[in-house]
Amino acid sequence: MDDGETLAPAQEPEADRPAAVTPADAADAARLVACGLQPKLLPARDAEYAELIRRHRDDPAFARLADAVAAGLGLVVLEVSPRAGMAVAAAEDSVFAVRMGDYSRRAASDSSDRFLHGLAHLAVAAMAFPRPADLADDGYIGRITVNGVDAFVRQACRRLEERAEEQGENSDPASDAPGLEAAWRVYARRSATGATKDARRLAGSTTGIVGKAVAFLVDSGFLQRTGDEAGGTYRTTARYQLQVRDLAGSAAMAELLDLGVVPVGDGSASLLPPVGGEELDLVAEAGLPFHGS
Amino acid sequence: MPHQNTGVPRSVAPGPAADEGLARRLKALACTAPLHDLDVRKANLAGEYSTYAMAEVALAAIDLVTLTMDFDTGADHDQIVARLQPRVAAQAPRRPAEEHERVARWVLENLINVGSVDRGFRAVYGTFGTDGAYVRRDYDFKLVEEVPGPGGSVYLRTTDEAVNVLVGALDTDVTSAQIAAEVKLEVLINRGRLADAQLAAEQARYRTVQYAETLRRALEATRRDVRAVDWLRAVPDMINEALDHVADRYRHENAILTNIRKARDEATDPEHKRRAAELVDIVKDCIRRHTQLQSRLLEAGPLFRAEQDRQAFATPAARAGLDLYGQLLAPVLPLAVERASRVTDAFFARGAGLRTPPAVRVGDLVEALLTPPLEREHLGAEMPEPDLVATPEDSRFSEAQLEAALELLDLPHDAPRRLSGLLAEARRGDPELPYLVALLAVHAASPPVGTAYRQGEQRLLFAVDDGAQLDDPEFGGADLIVGAALLDAAGMAQERTVENTAGKNEGHRE
Repeated sequence: MDDGETLAPAQEPEADRPAAVTPADAADAARLVACGLQPKLLPARDAEYAELIRRHRDDPAFARLADAVAAGLGLVVLEVSPRAGMAVAAAEDSVFAVRMGDYSRRAASDSSDRFLHGLAHLAVAAMAFPRPADLADDGYIGRITVNGVDAFVRQACRRLEERAEEQGENSDPASDAPGLEAAWRVYARRSATGATKDARRLAGSTTGIVGKAVAFLVDSGFLQRTGDEAGGTYRTTARYQLQVRDLAGSAAMAELLDLGVVPVGDGSASLLPPVGGEELDLVAEAGLPFHGS
Repeated sequence: MPHQNTGVPRSVAPGPAADEGLARRLKALACTAPLHDLDVRKANLAGEYSTYAMAEVALAAIDLVTLTMDFDTGADHDQIVARLQPRVAAQAPRRPAEEHERVARWVLENLINVGSVDRGFRAVYGTFGTDGAYVRRDYDFKLVEEVPGPGGSVYLRTTDEAVNVLVGALDTDVTSAQIAAEVKLEVLINRGRLADAQLAAEQARYRTVQYAETLRRALEATRRDVRAVDWLRAVPDMINEALDHVADRYRHENAILTNIRKARDEATDPEHKRRAAELVDIVKDCIRRHTQLQSRLLEAGPLFRAEQDRQAFATPAARAGLDLYGQLLAPVLPLAVERASRVTDAFFARGAGLRTPPAVRVGDLVEALLTPPLEREHLGAEMPEPDLVATPEDSRFSEAQLEAALELLDLPHDAPRRLSGLLAEARRGDPELPYLVALLAVHAASPPVGTAYRQGEQRLLFAVDDGAQLDDPEFGGADLIVGAALLDAAGMAQERTVENTAGKNEGHRE
């Protein structure tokens, strides 16, 4: 085992012979991971957490120990820093991972609901970090509103609808193959909002679905609520940026590539049209499906 | 479709153009189906609703929503229901108002199709594919949709489909259609055919609304992300076009307004006069909408510059990141939903964060399960007994001082006195007393006659300003004449008994 090796004092080659790892060190490392599992806890607000973060930075042996504890629990360490704390994410088969079925009961049974919930999370991230530079810039704080995310996706869908119409395509899905319906169409025909008897957001509407996504992200320590305008306004946290940049974005990208849809980007911001059609010749760097001509 | 019956569909499948036309007409037909459906389903409602013409109410509702749709929001649900009621009531005047409201609400909710998760309608139609195969397809549409308004409220907007059902054949070029309608309107007014003119004016207004709606969408996109919009050509062109349009229409409609006003004022036929008056209202509304549109257009430029400052002139990041929209969201949307789900699932699995699973000890569980549920008090938590503390006496004047002052002011009814004299007399006994006397005298300047009247008082202190200046070391102002007035208590009591039955409010004001 990896941790066994790092724990053994004989393996420490440092000149000043650091003290052997004691059970107290292990407890501290575990405590640091425990702090990381509380996503809303910030080192700036908790002196003990801040001290553990400092120790992680200054004491390589301790850092390895803490990372090993995290790995053993099925956690991926994204960053350990005073701004983000110990940012950990759940590995795929970890007990900490969130399953779609637990997230939304309807999503487990209904494929279009499942898609809409996933799309809501992707759209929130896209809206929070509209430019590639925003995702890369550690100091960037994204701001989103629930209605804004919905309008943003709707606009994209409308553009695709117009495009389909211009080309005389019939986008109405065949009745016996609902799985072949275009993704944008599923979103476009779901109503944006709806009046309910108790003045809450209609859960099945797109703003309801986006609202659920942001509420969940708030609980994950990824967003902070800043106001009630436009269905709720939120700002991003450092953890969210890390999660999207280092984990979620690349995972979704890999899946997309697996579908053979997008040619490999060269890391620049240029948006290349997908293989197999000119149905999406957006202008470079377009954040929205608005066109150059 | 008739080709199916020939038995050899593959060889005689209609050309794509004919088939497309058929599909379009089938869709148009489908849009009217929810309206017919209302009249069919009214029989299923509990109660006798057959007297109501539901399709008519539905069309009126679409009409109302379209006209009430504003630049920012849509129509208010309750307002539409309220404005539908006169028409519903006219259909069955003897029914109770609650039933009228129920009918209006039922129609509106069915236009939204509240029961379905999409809040829309679906029609199935068939087409021949390029290979000649017959495919059944789903056509999804909405008539009235709910949109989020400011402050979390929900507003109604009519969809393009609904507008098409309502006025028909509206999906033409908005600008040219509007010009045509205006010309038509002018001609009709000149010929004095006001009934037709009103129809034309109303159509012009629908087009105005449609135009504003198109622009609203475009401006909304501008607000969201500045780079997404072509500010070099597309948007400035659009704004210029819209401004020209506004200027043009404004001139036009003002001219029309003058014409109709003349027609209204000169008309002798009351029906003619009424129509002309209605037309004036419609055209005024058009002008209002144009003005609103114009102010939005003028805001667009400064908005762009501010957003550009914020977004475009920020220092560029050292490394490039993933373009979430361009490289992920945009390519996902055109995919079939089955394939797109794989990408969104992957994003969700890695992007939603983690949850710590709850771990329960059996001991805690048993305890938690055996603890009786906390009774929720109907009246809420018990209020703590308030701890009352006697506050120290902080009145400026003592009871004795008040008595002294009242005694001083207990003037004979036939001998009023100057305030200056009263103050001087008060000052002799107590240096504080003049303040109290002055206060009482000022109050007496507006004596509580009504109260005295109601309480049957026999005398009332009053003060009158006759213009004399008060000469006093401590006070300034008017040297009031203070006196006592005798009230006719017996007479008043008698009057009161008479009045009490008639007007109770009179006594308050006097």
